[in-house]
Amino acid sequence: MTAPAADAPDRKADIDAFARRHKFRWTEALPWAAAIACYFTFENYHALGAQIFATILFALSLDLLIGYAGIITLGHAAFFGVGAYAAGIMAANGFHEPLSGLVIAALAAGIAGFASGAIVLRTSGLTLLMQTLVVAALLQELANKWTSVTGGSDGLLGMKIDPVFGVFRFDLFGNTAYIYCLAVLFLGWLAARNLICSPFGRSLTGIRENAARMRAIGAPVERRKIIIYTISAALAGVSGALIAQTTALVGLGALSLGRSGELLIMLIIGGIGRLYGAFIGVPLYMIAQDRFAAVDPVFWYFWIGLFMIFDGVFARGGALGVIARRRGGSPPQ
Amino acid sequence: MADFIPIAVSILFHGLAMAMVLYLISVGLSVTMGLMGFVNLAHGAFAMAGGYVLIILMKKQGWPYGLALAAAVVICMLASLVLERLLYRRLYGGDELDQVLMTMGLIFVSVGGATFLFGPVAQSLDPPAMLRGQIHILGRDFPTYRSFLILCGALLVTALWLGLERTRFGAQVRASVDNLRMAQTLGINTSKLFAIAFALGSGLAALGGGLGAELLSVGPTYALDNLVYCLIVVSVGGLGSIRGPFAAALLVGVTDTAFKYLAPELGAFFIYALTMAILLWRPRGLFGTAS
Amino acid sequence: MSPAALETKLLCKSFGALAVSSDINFTLERGARHALIGPNGAGKTSFVNLVTGVLKPTSGNIYLGGRDITPLPQALRVKLGLVRTFQISALFKRLTVLENVTLAIAEREGTANDILRPAGHRRAEIEEAFSLLEPLGLANEAMRPVTELAYGRQRMIEIAMALALKPQVLLLDEPAAGVPPGETGAIIDTIERLPAGIAVLFIEHDMELVFRVAKRITVLVQGAVLVEGPPAQIAADPKVREVYLGESHSQ
Repeated sequence: MTAPAADAPDRKADIDAFARRHKFRWTEALPWAAAIACYFTFENYHALGAQIFATILFALSLDLLIGYAGIITLGHAAFFGVGAYAAGIMAANGFHEPLSGLVIAALAAGIAGFASGAIVLRTSGLTLLMQTLVVAALLQELANKWTSVTGGSDGLLGMKIDPVFGVFRFDLFGNTAYIYCLAVLFLGWLAARNLICSPFGRSLTGIRENAARMRAIGAPVERRKIIIYTISAALAGVSGALIAQTTALVGLGALSLGRSGELLIMLIIGGIGRLYGAFIGVPLYMIAQDRFAAVDPVFWYFWIGLFMIFDGVFARGGALGVIARRRGGSPPQ
Repeated sequence: MADFIPIAVSILFHGLAMAMVLYLISVGLSVTMGLMGFVNLAHGAFAMAGGYVLIILMKKQGWPYGLALAAAVVICMLASLVLERLLYRRLYGGDELDQVLMTMGLIFVSVGGATFLFGPVAQSLDPPAMLRGQIHILGRDFPTYRSFLILCGALLVTALWLGLERTRFGAQVRASVDNLRMAQTLGINTSKLFAIAFALGSGLAALGGGLGAELLSVGPTYALDNLVYCLIVVSVGGLGSIRGPFAAALLVGVTDTAFKYLAPELGAFFIYALTMAILLWRPRGLFGTAS
Repeated sequence: MSPAALETKLLCKSFGALAVSSDINFTLERGARHALIGPNGAGKTSFVNLVTGVLKPTSGNIYLGGRDITPLPQALRVKLGLVRTFQISALFKRLTVLENVTLAIAEREGTANDILRPAGHRRAEIEEAFSLLEPLGLANEAMRPVTELAYGRQRMIEIAMALALKPQVLLLDEPAAGVPPGETGAIIDTIERLPAGIAVLFIEHDMELVFRVAKRITVLVQGAVLVEGPPAQIAADPKVREVYLGESHSQ
């Protein structure tokens, strides 16, 4: 047994370190600085930038589920799609204010997340993977068949969006969309970051690491899972609404397995369970897609597929995982 | 009421044909998932490859139907063996997410590759003359090709089941699905077993893709389009089971046909809802074993 | 007379035709040091799983401090002070030792439902975790991931997490299982020094530990209680020698 007195200063240092883990680091400002710099340097790419920001938010919501709570899903596009359709249907039916559109989208997706989560989260592993996939397929089929409201396979057309705060009109070049999506992403990121640093967020990592043990220390595991599923769904819904509002278009693809799969890929490329994986994987994927898919969509699929195979077999843990390993660093916390 | 019986017979017939194809392209997936615990989302790519090889050999090389089908199966089995050794085996027992990423990647490669080689449009199968037209059974006309499909499917299913029950290899597979570690202690070479089971499953998928080319059209996005149905069959049937997926394929094939015929405005909606209900009731599937 | 810390009445559990627990009447007194022993497959862990709510009993009742807890879910039983450890270390392996313990404290305090404020703001909980780790000699390793610690040390973290929940009743499922012989001493010391107010029931195969710590022993065979009594009586019991001690001595 060690003498406590000699160690006392160490304890204080340890306690301080542990208590300050949620403090901001200067590196966390880098994505935002880069985003603002890109606004001025890549003036012709503002529309793409807006899409990237909205998709980062989508990937961030998936990271909360997979990376933090350990809930693996192949149907996250369900909530993206519900949000996109909710915002789109409002905008196509005379309700053009964008911010309230985001709120409604978050509510609709959150309700869908809560309702389906309460059902599917009772299962785990492959069955859960299947259930999430089936929920998305179910909603996609609903959107496909309910043509009077959703436009079916033609997609939802005729959306009109008012200027943000009644001032900033959505322009053809995506200047407003860029700032609008970036601002919403910033708020979403703050909320997500706050959540994972909170005791609730810490308990999610406990559930990811060992759900049985969480039950044994008295945690209501099922309830926590449903809560994070609902929150994540709402964030995904906001992301869907952002894309619907800034492109004035919603199609069945928003709910598709391809969308869920692509998102998962972007997140895995960046690194799962590290909060910033989405900020790396999504731009990499989407910029590459924009470059190469424009030239030849066939080859795009082929090469991204090869890359994924390589990534899955050799470079496990995504970009941030590889960096952490090279520095002899930590697994995701 | 007078229409009822013909409609029911027709639904059953087409549902059965669909079930046979679904079973063939899914049963290998059930074995991979049950035996190796591997989430092989790309399983449908082997079915697609089978379909393409069959159609191309017939159209471009003028091979007869039977020979081209056999060649499709052999080629796909060999290709799957190579992939198993090169890629799959590295991820056995690994992280589910890596498996998802790798097999999704394979799907993407299959989409890109097929578009490049055969173009974006789905290919159609021209069955040989003797399998075209209608066949007269019990006072009714049925499409000949689908009757052939059902017959082939039934024969294959019987052969598969007998093979697993009666052969040494079948016993080894069943023992390994049941308890992998025990099987290894008993001296079963599981690495070899995995490879053979994987190749057999891919061969069956290729056969399903080829035989069913008239039902599930062979296009570049085949693996993606049919993934949900394959996974439904496997998870509803029960992982690692050989018979479970057959029951599930029957259920899915017949119900789906019935609803698309009787209530087209619902589309596939009902089958998804049914899947969710069954998986809630029995999370391990209808024939899944509790572990 | 105040009710027993933990009591089961006619507790039964069967899977189909297989009975893993049959008519178990068991009483754990307040402040007890009680050992549950029996050959492999006697149903000891199943008993712990029944009591903690991992398994639902086929019939029978469980009372915690006189209160019927049979219908309660696992999490609520923990809140009432019924805490267990696991036979094979069940920790949050990639998280640090400190985090493992603070997670337990946060659950006890109910702060784990807080979604808004950073966990680091609750300094008192972090300090409490250190005060639990310190006497177990784990404080110097508090900031390391659990996987980096030797197995014997991991067993101690199990106990630290259990204590963090301030238990009334503590169920230790083979606390020394898998620990190298040289390190069991530290675990025995730790169990001996547990606060006297906690009723402790432990399952153990290590007879040295059992006879050193236990004031009372229950022998379980094939899901049923064979005999119960103080250590001296159990050691002398011919039935026990036959089914249990004889078997283990011959190994």
